[in-house]
Amino acid sequence: MLKQLNVSAIKDGTVIDHIPTKALFKVVQILKLDEFNNMVTFGNNLDSKVMGTKAIIKIANRYFEDEEVNKIALVAPNAKLNIIRNYEVVEKRVVQIPEQVNGIVRCFNPKCITNAENVSTKFQIISDKPIEMKCYYCEKITYENEIKIK
Amino acid sequence: MGKKDLISITDFSKEEYLKIMELSQKFEENPSQSLLKGKVIATLFFEPSTRTRLSFESAISRLGGKIIGFSDSNSSSVSKGETLHDTIKMVSNYADMIIMRHPMEGSARYAAEVSDVPVINAGDGANQHPSQTLLDMYSIMKTQGRLDDLNLFLVGDLKYGRTVHSLLMALSQFKNPIFNFVAPPELAMPDEYKLFLEQKGIRYFEHLEFNDIINQADIIYMTRVQKERFIDPVEYEKVKNIYILKNDMLANTKPNVKILHPLPRINEIHTNVDSNPKAYYFTQARNGVFTRMAIISHLLNLQ
Ligand SMILES: Nc1ncnc2c1ncn2[C@@H]1O[C@H](COP(=O)(O)OP(=O)(O)O)[C@@H](O)[C@H]1O
Ligand SMILES: [Mg+2]
Ligand SMILES: [Zn+2]
Repeated sequence: MLKQLNVSAIKDGTVIDHIPTKALFKVVQILKLDEFNNMVTFGNNLDSKVMGTKAIIKIANRYFEDEEVNKIALVAPNAKLNIIRNYEVVEKRVVQIPEQVNGIVRCFNPKCITNAENVSTKFQIISDKPIEMKCYYCEKITYENEIKIK
Repeated sequence: MGKKDLISITDFSKEEYLKIMELSQKFEENPSQSLLKGKVIATLFFEPSTRTRLSFESAISRLGGKIIGFSDSNSSSVSKGETLHDTIKMVSNYADMIIMRHPMEGSARYAAEVSDVPVINAGDGANQHPSQTLLDMYSIMKTQGRLDDLNLFLVGDLKYGRTVHSLLMALSQFKNPIFNFVAPPELAMPDEYKLFLEQKGIRYFEHLEFNDIINQADIIYMTRVQKERFIDPVEYEKVKNIYILKNDMLANTKPNVKILHPLPRINEIHTNVDSNPKAYYFTQARNGVFTRMAIISHLLNLQ
């Protein structure tokens, strides 16, 4: 069966699919894709049967460790990773919200020391659906809809 | 690591609470000590708080220690723009312990991470103030002879009041507490604490008034209802009048009941209560010195 790809094909690499359109640039930030030298292509506002619209990211010649990619679960909990080898999807992976999140997210509490001084944030995930993360420093909770990438 | 800090009340175990109670009593019996001889304690008050600072400094002096520090950030390097990180790094070279109050929440936990010496949180914004909770517990222990099987009335601002939240967390470690929450709906105990009690199988009751029920109480813990929390000043006036504890209300209360308040009080306890032997808030403040002596010597492992 011949499939038309919305974003051009890669020979080897990773396709991150089912990213909420709002989260595309957050995923770019979290994975620091702006610092990559590999070919990276993006598609946004693509039609999706499940999500209405979605975003997709294709990264040539790059595979991710779970620990690295699980961070995107904070903004794209339903993202799917497709491992491409020789133009074929050889493996599909889902992302999992880690128990502990270091850096990445800003604490929602404006009076938190992490927003006043150059302190890397640390959160404990106390609920995954919806996401609730407790700040190690100020002990306040940042909720899913308040998540801002640092 | 090896070093021990006190940042939140939950940093201590039940055994440690009991040890603090025991040490507080020991220091109250003999307040002139030399355990801190040759030691220097830094009291860094980035935000002024006369009561808490003097209580800590009295505790250090009674233990025979020396004090360095500042009582507001104008007289410190902060006014020159130094970061908290750098201030703590510097001071931890000069002192054997740091006691700090800071307006930013989480500042004490961060300071503990940066510092090589133990840190005591003397208040980080609206977050934690654990020595207050320990002195509340000591006051309860002293007047009731136990921390188990107590009927506790928490009255006033139960939503924003950090002292009642910390006290609830600490006392939930002990056997069979009964909590009675007295607050207007706008200032009710947050769900997360009620859920916590339910999960631990601890009984609690919520009330809008307390006049008819305080006869059950062993402890009446009064807090200030803050005017600025109310959008409608009329609502505040209504609530303010409900929660004034007056002397005649204590007529039929239990003989062992004690009235506690973290102070400062505004008008929630009528001054005609002050001379009633059931009023305990001024002694409670005095107990703070012995509890702080206990916390300092426990963290520094001085026995
Ligand atoms: N060689 C390739 N290069 C780039 N993207 C690809 C390649 N193969 C598959 N994809 C993309 O990876 C995702 C998963 O592919 P596939 O398993 O075929 O489809 P689906 O999971 O949607 O049924 C799709 O978005 C598809 O466009
Ligand atoms: Mg698909
Ligand atoms: Zn925080």
